[in-house]
Amino acid sequence: MNTRIPCLKKDWQTSVNEVLRAEQLSKSFPGVQAVDEVSLTLYEGEVLALVGENGAGKSTLTQILGGAQRQDSGRIIFSGQPVSFNSPEDAMQAGISMVFQELSLVTSLSVAENIFANRQPVGTLNNIRWNDLYQETDQFLGRFELELDPRKLVKNLSMGQQQILEVLKAISTNPKVLILDEPTSSLTEGEISSLFQNMRRLQGEGMSFIYITHKLSEIFQIASRVVVMRDGKYIGDRVVSEVTESELVSMMVGRQIANLYGTASGEPSATEYFRVENLSRKGAFQDVSFGLQRGEILGFAGLVGAGRTEMGRAIFGIDRKDSGRIFLNGAEVKIASPEEAIEKGIVYLTEDRKAEGLFLDMPIRENVIAPSLRDLSSRLDFLNKKEIDRFATNLVTKLSINTPSILKKVLTLSGGNQQKTLVAMWMGTEPKVIVFDEPTRGVDVGARAEIYQKLREIVADGNGIIMISSDLTELVGMCDRILVMHQGRIQGVVNRTDFSEELILSYAAGLNRMEEYQSLP
Amino acid sequence: MLKGALIPRTIQAFAAFREFALIAVLIVFSTIMGIISPVFMTWANVEAILLGLSVEATIAVGMVVLLISGGLDLSVGSTLALTGVVTGLALTSLHLSTPASILIGLLAALGVGLANGLLVAKLKINPFITTLGMLITVRGLLLVLAEGRAVLNLPKEFTVVGQGRLFGVQYPIYIMLFLVIIGDFLMRNSRFFRQSYYIGGNERAARLSGINVDFVKIFNYCLVAVLAGVAGLMITARFGSSSVTVGSGIELRVITATIIGGASLSGGEGSVFGAFLGALFMGVLANALNLLGVDVYWQNLVTGLILIIAVVVDVINERRKSQ
Repeated sequence: MNTRIPCLKKDWQTSVNEVLRAEQLSKSFPGVQAVDEVSLTLYEGEVLALVGENGAGKSTLTQILGGAQRQDSGRIIFSGQPVSFNSPEDAMQAGISMVFQELSLVTSLSVAENIFANRQPVGTLNNIRWNDLYQETDQFLGRFELELDPRKLVKNLSMGQQQILEVLKAISTNPKVLILDEPTSSLTEGEISSLFQNMRRLQGEGMSFIYITHKLSEIFQIASRVVVMRDGKYIGDRVVSEVTESELVSMMVGRQIANLYGTASGEPSATEYFRVENLSRKGAFQDVSFGLQRGEILGFAGLVGAGRTEMGRAIFGIDRKDSGRIFLNGAEVKIASPEEAIEKGIVYLTEDRKAEGLFLDMPIRENVIAPSLRDLSSRLDFLNKKEIDRFATNLVTKLSINTPSILKKVLTLSGGNQQKTLVAMWMGTEPKVIVFDEPTRGVDVGARAEIYQKLREIVADGNGIIMISSDLTELVGMCDRILVMHQGRIQGVVNRTDFSEELILSYAAGLNRMEEYQSLP
Repeated sequence: MLKGALIPRTIQAFAAFREFALIAVLIVFSTIMGIISPVFMTWANVEAILLGLSVEATIAVGMVVLLISGGLDLSVGSTLALTGVVTGLALTSLHLSTPASILIGLLAALGVGLANGLLVAKLKINPFITTLGMLITVRGLLLVLAEGRAVLNLPKEFTVVGQGRLFGVQYPIYIMLFLVIIGDFLMRNSRFFRQSYYIGGNERAARLSGINVDFVKIFNYCLVAVLAGVAGLMITARFGSSSVTVGSGIELRVITATIIGGASLSGGEGSVFGAFLGALFMGVLANALNLLGVDVYWQNLVTGLILIIAVVVDVINERRKSQ
């Protein structure tokens, strides 16, 4: 175990005033001790990172602090006073706001109405003064250097913009403490850095943050101190400048993970077996051409809106394409629907497993067989139930999905196990080309290592993976080659030997473009 | 070792709990009624109950499949009447043969289902609005077709469908039981029919899983419409005439039966057997209230309460499970 004494030096702090203190907080749910006597202190103007695997109790702990859950025992001291909140509104009144993982925006209303929900400027007849509302919103957004039309409906914003809006909505109540639960899960590098910039400014104004994240690299960019939790317990407290990423990981999982991304079992075979030529759809992606080799993991980097997801979906036939050709094993293939893509061994794993990847209310078994129903039916179209049980059990074991039964609803699984269920579902179709969109979004370190390991095995069998990810570290760790897209076009390609985050980011931002792509319109 | 594979199939069904509960309630209720009323357990009464619910149950078979896939059809009552009137006119005005007239009547029903299905699946119009519009439109079409009058004096070759007996049991009861058994079997075992559970569970995920969502939806609207047509033939044949007002309000009774039987308006849940039990429960209840001399007006009140209780029990169960 670690021998270093938890450091409480104050020189890194902008202030030593304590804002919030949790004392021996505990909370249990039937069957689980979610939070077990956890104490922590938050100082004025600091960003305190809270890390741990899924199920470590971070979310429950912050829900207690934010008034969404009531502790079984322990005290909360806020601004020197013991407090007890009955609801998130209660906590917000006192000055503790929380941004939940699940978005709470009303998508059919405008940006302005969402930010000022229930606090719209009103006239004498309690009528909403729309011009004032839009003006105030404009000013507010201006403070954060965000170009967003206050009148725009939230449903027309990208996932990233919605997530930022969620954070801004919480900030607009001007809290003393802001709790952020994975605020960057669908943000691009650019959006993240702008979020961090704004956080630093607010920090200077005295706002304190509790920051939950799965992306450890973010901790080193934004936090001053980090608290690690595991199995509901407080494990340790470190000053960020004095800790390494691998030290944090071993504290989180309670064992050593040597190399998160694993190592490739060999080089790609250099035989190109899948090729996309001049794929275009107006307003989404233009003239995208690339080849995929057997045994290769090909990364797609770029900002949100660069057209990567749209391109992946078009290859799979779920979304339309205007032009372009697709070749598999040298022969052109026509794909007009997911059904046809699956039949040819081309599959797409969505970035949004909850909304369109999984059947949350259905058992694991019905989920993993979904794309393989045809193969599991007799000639008269009747399902072969014995075969289905064998098939599902086999996949659950192969992907080491942690569940007591294949009949458990997917809803009840952790994020990591849900993602493994999604992988199992598609591995069951025995695909040849896998388009994997955001493979580890919202997945904890332990499950991430397992998913990476699985991807390594898939390519070792001679298949290729097209990996779309907003996590640059992940792309660099896993890929043999990275294609970078900018505004719907391929901007550059970087080989493993030349990987550098700076180079990739400069392509993604459109700052420069590789010569071979410059000839294209 | 993973469990699940070892648990018997019968209790793995999606709405197993609801079906067992309904059977238990039906047995207890019928036993009590049998003791109170000497008439209740006679074959004549049981046949009257079954005959009475045969129309609702026949439509419920299609309705539950549609609800499972996340759809809804309010136009079944109008479709039922349309088939009766079209078949009746074919028999009396066009003097066509019975099989040909039945076929034309069912084709008219299929047309309504196809229109509903195309509007919902292809134009993405809300099912409630689409089928509400169809309910009114088709009823209007009927009045135009039959000039507001009933079609009377249907030939004996046709009325035998609703009045004939085999082994002392009337044909509509056989038709209903046949559809329930086949429907339940298909929803449990056929790949094509099980796709509806996926579509109702998560339509977008179903699409990504390679399921032809639009086709299944259109098929389901056609299925419920044709079954409403079959129900229309049963009624028309039983009464020997086709009325333009028959079947008004039946859509709500059918939907009530399916929900008591475990279906959900948000899709993904329910079973054909459950829907049949729901219809049976409503039929037995109405019959019991009649035998006990309870005023007919009380029947709606009791049925409404049962529906609400069934849904509340569902919600409480869900909440307990998710804790």
